[in-house]
Amino acid sequence: MTEIASFAVEYRRFLDPDGQAVQPLPAFAQDPAALIPLYRAMVLTRSFDAKAVALQRTGRLGTFASSLGQEAVMAGTGAAMRPEDVLLPSFREQGAQFLRGAAMTDLLLYWGGDERGSDFAGPREDFPICVPVGTHAAHAAGVALAFQLRGEARAAVCVLGDGATSKGEVYEAMNLAGVWRLPVVFVVNNNQWAISVPRERQTAARTLAQKAIACGFEGVQVDGNDVIAVRDAVERALEQARSGGGPTLVEAVTYRLSDHTTVDDASRYRDDAEVSARWKDEPILRLRKHLTDAGAWSKEDEEQLIAECGKEVEAAAEAYLATPVQPVESMFDWLYAELPGDLAEQRAGLVAEAGAAGDAKDD
Amino acid sequence: MTEIALIEAVRLAMARAMEEDETVLVLGEDVGVNGGVFRATDGLVERFGDKRVFDTPLAEALLAGVSVGLGAQGFRPVTEFQFMGFFYPAIDQVANHAGRLRNRTRGRLSCPIVLRAPFGGGIHAPEHHSESFEAMFAHIPGIRVVIPSSPARGYGLLLAAIRDPDPVVFLEPKRIYRAPKEEVADDGEAAPLDCCFVLREGSDITLVTWGAMVLETLAAADSLAEEGIEAEVIDVATLKPLDMATILDSVERTGRCVIVHEAPLTGGFGAEIAARLADRGLVNLTAPVKRVAGFDTVMPLPKLERHYMPSEGRILAAAREILEYS
Ligand SMILES: Cc1ncc(C[n+]2csc(CCOP(=O)(O)OP(=O)(O)O)c2C)c(N)n1
Ligand SMILES: [Mg+2]
Repeated sequence: MTEIASFAVEYRRFLDPDGQAVQPLPAFAQDPAALIPLYRAMVLTRSFDAKAVALQRTGRLGTFASSLGQEAVMAGTGAAMRPEDVLLPSFREQGAQFLRGAAMTDLLLYWGGDERGSDFAGPREDFPICVPVGTHAAHAAGVALAFQLRGEARAAVCVLGDGATSKGEVYEAMNLAGVWRLPVVFVVNNNQWAISVPRERQTAARTLAQKAIACGFEGVQVDGNDVIAVRDAVERALEQARSGGGPTLVEAVTYRLSDHTTVDDASRYRDDAEVSARWKDEPILRLRKHLTDAGAWSKEDEEQLIAECGKEVEAAAEAYLATPVQPVESMFDWLYAELPGDLAEQRAGLVAEAGAAGDAKDD
Repeated sequence: MTEIALIEAVRLAMARAMEEDETVLVLGEDVGVNGGVFRATDGLVERFGDKRVFDTPLAEALLAGVSVGLGAQGFRPVTEFQFMGFFYPAIDQVANHAGRLRNRTRGRLSCPIVLRAPFGGGIHAPEHHSESFEAMFAHIPGIRVVIPSSPARGYGLLLAAIRDPDPVVFLEPKRIYRAPKEEVADDGEAAPLDCCFVLREGSDITLVTWGAMVLETLAAADSLAEEGIEAEVIDVATLKPLDMATILDSVERTGRCVIVHEAPLTGGFGAEIAARLADRGLVNLTAPVKRVAGFDTVMPLPKLERHYMPSEGRILAAAREILEYS
């Protein structure tokens, strides 16, 4: 027998669940104080998720996907990116989107049922949330090709789930990225579940990272509850992508501590005991231990941060709740650059109907 | 000026667009050195280089999805699908993304892309190479569906489609790729989108069609003329958004309408036109609206293809039937 190819997948972790460094930390993480923004981003995301779920439970928000337990994937990814990179999220990446400058009010608007929520004031080129699972991987390849053609040192970051890696289209996009060495990073949020389907029912592959190998580029697995590991891996992948070194897949192994969305009831398909056991691994606790042990974080700091984040989230929720509904005819106004005559007639009919009903609003 | 066929007109339009706008790119399977399986992109990679003309891996959903990403970044990809029969996996991208991106970001991102595909039967092609499902595209909000029926309109409409700021599905009737030919000026003049073309004026009956069926329909109009019946022939050209005004205006004068398409009858785009005639033009109709269409069958393989395709005879039979009414 002649072996013609063999491959390995690296696993990386810097902090163990007790916040202890298991190997020398990367440069950005050596000063504990420098990690506080990452910690803050995770706490803010958790506050936001809690508020969004509460709004949904009280009938003031539509279906919402919490990122509880996966905050390190979001914060690590968002922090690794530069403003000029482009993020293509799926639907659970609010933590990364906030670091990119998307407003919390915007995301509440979106989940509350208002298209203006995807007209981010901050990251103008970032893609909106992608609901059809995995379909944005090809968009990321297209965005990356645009950067490559213009000779720009920028990269696209596509975040997708473990379930999404089963989609043919994700393979199609990764394959293209490999062949053309596109500046794109695929971050797989392996939260162990795709609604009710566990990771091991999704693929027989030992890791999701190895799917990149079939496409001719590197896939690494990181501890997705270690924000330092996520940020480090995505940062390295981005540097490689921006400098012409091609794509990388970063599989961040974490756990979905919440239901899939607010309309899901996870107790139908997984034991509470499994979930409870996973709480000890969660990413915020881990970094807090690390910061506390390093003397960079106190109880007072924690209280102050929680209060601060709570206030910020409340203000965003108030702004969202106070936003007037769009004019009904807005459903026509952004379909095309210029409204075709055919549709102008339908629009006029709707405007007349809304006028007759005495309300230009509808919800 | 020399006479050219539709396939050459399509190529000329792409070359012209690439010449005038460096954001125009060509993508597809075998579109590079091979020039496309029908040669629509022949010579483009030699002229514009492999940073403008890309042979992609074989993956249709990817083709559409990459185009969406490029479009959002301000490029204008003109992306070829080898045959309409292989477009299905990419419909996801058209319906879920291309047609929605401008709307769902309230204009922040847009999708100025053209997705080209040869379609239709009549060339004895293998299985899956002869279908017409333009009506499926016409059902999708936020896009345009454009079908040329001659070299000149192929040139003008494709230029218009490439310059359009929104996504266009551009379906090319491959039965007329090589003939007939006509003189086409490579003058960079686009033809208008969103409007029908009246190919022949007449006051007795209106024949509405698009794509390659324009040939049989014009032939039927000639035959009717020999009997002293003047048929107006309308080429719809842009199915979505539909220029119903031109059709209603014609039927107001003729009182009779036959709609001709190769695609299956049920849910075909003729149903939409007939429904709108019933809605807006009923008082002007002196006879029922007839549809001459393909059957609701799987497209037969070449031996029976001829019996599937709407023929001049079927168009004439439908026309004569409604000319009986007075
Ligand atoms: C193409 C497609 N199929 C099904 C769904 C319904 N759906 C929404 S999320 C989801 C599971 C996704 O799992 P994963 O990719 O692991 O992401 P996660 O939700 O765990 O973040 C499904 C099946 C969808 N949105 N899109
Ligand atoms: Mg998952």
